[in-house]
Amino acid sequence: MDATSVVVIGAGPAGLAVSGALSEAGVDHVVLESHGVGHSWRHERWDTLRTLTPNWMNGLPRLPYRGPDPDGYMTAGELAELLDGYAASIAAPVVTGVEVSAIRPGRRGHVVEADAGTWVADAVVLATGPGQTDIPAVAGDLPGSLAQLTASRYRNPGQLGDRVLVVGASASGIQIADEVVRSGRRVTLAVGEHVRLPRTYRGRDILWWMHAMGISSRRWDDDIADLARARHVPSPQLVAGRTLDLRTLREQGVELVGRVAAVRDDRLLLSGSLANLVANADLKQARLLDQIDEFIADVGIAALGPDRPPPTVVGTAPTSVDLAAFDTVLWATGNRYAPPQLDPCQLDRRGRVLHDGGLLRTPGLFAIGLPFLRRRSSTFLSGIGRDAVELSIEIRRHLDGAAAAA
Amino acid sequence: MTLTDQPSVDNGVNVQALLDARAALTDAPEAAAFQWRAQAQWVDGTHTRATVEGFFGLGAEQSHRQAFVVDTDHPELFASEDHGMTPIEMVLAGLAGCLTAGIASVATNRDVQLRSVTATVTGDMDIQGILGIDPEVRNGFDGITVRYEIDADASRNDIEAIVAQSQKRSAVFDVVTNPTNVVVEVV
Repeated sequence: MDATSVVVIGAGPAGLAVSGALSEAGVDHVVLESHGVGHSWRHERWDTLRTLTPNWMNGLPRLPYRGPDPDGYMTAGELAELLDGYAASIAAPVVTGVEVSAIRPGRRGHVVEADAGTWVADAVVLATGPGQTDIPAVAGDLPGSLAQLTASRYRNPGQLGDRVLVVGASASGIQIADEVVRSGRRVTLAVGEHVRLPRTYRGRDILWWMHAMGISSRRWDDDIADLARARHVPSPQLVAGRTLDLRTLREQGVELVGRVAAVRDDRLLLSGSLANLVANADLKQARLLDQIDEFIADVGIAALGPDRPPPTVVGTAPTSVDLAAFDTVLWATGNRYAPPQLDPCQLDRRGRVLHDGGLLRTPGLFAIGLPFLRRRSSTFLSGIGRDAVELSIEIRRHLDGAAAAA
Repeated sequence: MTLTDQPSVDNGVNVQALLDARAALTDAPEAAAFQWRAQAQWVDGTHTRATVEGFFGLGAEQSHRQAFVVDTDHPELFASEDHGMTPIEMVLAGLAGCLTAGIASVATNRDVQLRSVTATVTGDMDIQGILGIDPEVRNGFDGITVRYEIDADASRNDIEAIVAQSQKRSAVFDVVTNPTNVVVEVV
């Protein structure tokens, strides 16, 4: 059994950023990593994936982006290399090959259990990432003849058949649908709740506006109307370098249908609420663009004229399709956060981790990398870095308290 | 923003009560388990009389202020006696009622004064389905359209947003657009 002040679980961007902040403060800690530094960015992303944030946003604490292409979008491989360099520059104390299975209360502090060993620490930081694709129960009702794949496991169109049903129209779903239809395959996209954003508006990247207006940095404790809902907002329909939304997909021949509802008698039942979901997304986009127009007028920024995206028109989509129309189903239905096993008192009735800005119920347990953890930008690289610095202060506050009590 | 001497919006909806209920039920999900009911009696031919009075919710049996009775039948065009609207028209009325109630609630919550709201609902149906003429034709609607004419103290965008939000939280809209398990037993 090894003892330390802080155990950080996961050596991705979040875990490394926390490690950097702790090292800077001279806090003794270890980073337990199941595979290797930046593993998911190197091995668990599809081949052509690029960040949906422009490079000027892709920095980490003490490591702002200084590359040649600030308005470009780095590939997953480039991000993995950035993480390698970062881990080396902060001399992160990473122990690889450790898959943490559980965290339980110890006599003093917390006990971190893994096959490879046990650690005892005053503080533990969960930095395990967003998890794998959350496959809905209806997947079990599909015939065995239908190949199924998840966004987590998707690498390129070559893995798929010719008649593909993509389920989910968030960032992953639309990017995959786009790539697969361009490969010459037939694609149907089942659309649930989604967030529509233009890549640029009035001459600047949409994320630049959201940053400048303080929308991205809005804090979780700043009187957010419905924080629980804000934490479940789907990832926005954004891709590197261009606007990609249901309109552009439709223009490329992707068939849009409603949310997957059920399987019955060799048919797939789809929700008839597609028109409403599309209207909701268009209206929400319009409200954001209105806010940007007001900001431009208030502050007097020079900007191009309002280039409003046209409305999304979906026509009448079928509510029932023959499953024989598809040979592959690709689930892009969001991720299910899967931290190591925790004491039930850390969870709500639905098994979700309870936290207040990244501080779990029990003192000394922390989480990072969750949606709207401390800010709307908490899942962006820049937001992760900021959260890491703030959490490291909370961690130190906890350690000081634990030391005083001892 | 309301000035101190301006009356706040009144659409007849007690939004505060709804918000309070939402807060209370978040911590007591058992109390949120409701069961709605209807009893129906065959009268004659295609004429049925349904009565709605009791329901279950907030952990106890509840009751409307009175029993509500509604007759359903088929029209004379179907060689019936037209003692009431068809059951399928009742679904359209239900959809309009649910969406409109939602519009009133959402508008009130967003400080929008409604002056008038009219919904025109149409449902297209190929009756080869219900007559069993063509097995490829479904029994129900091919599609439903709801057209709202709304006179309110708000911009067009805001009104559209209210209507969109109403669908998002409508029970009948959900029942009509998504599959629902229905079990029919004979006792």
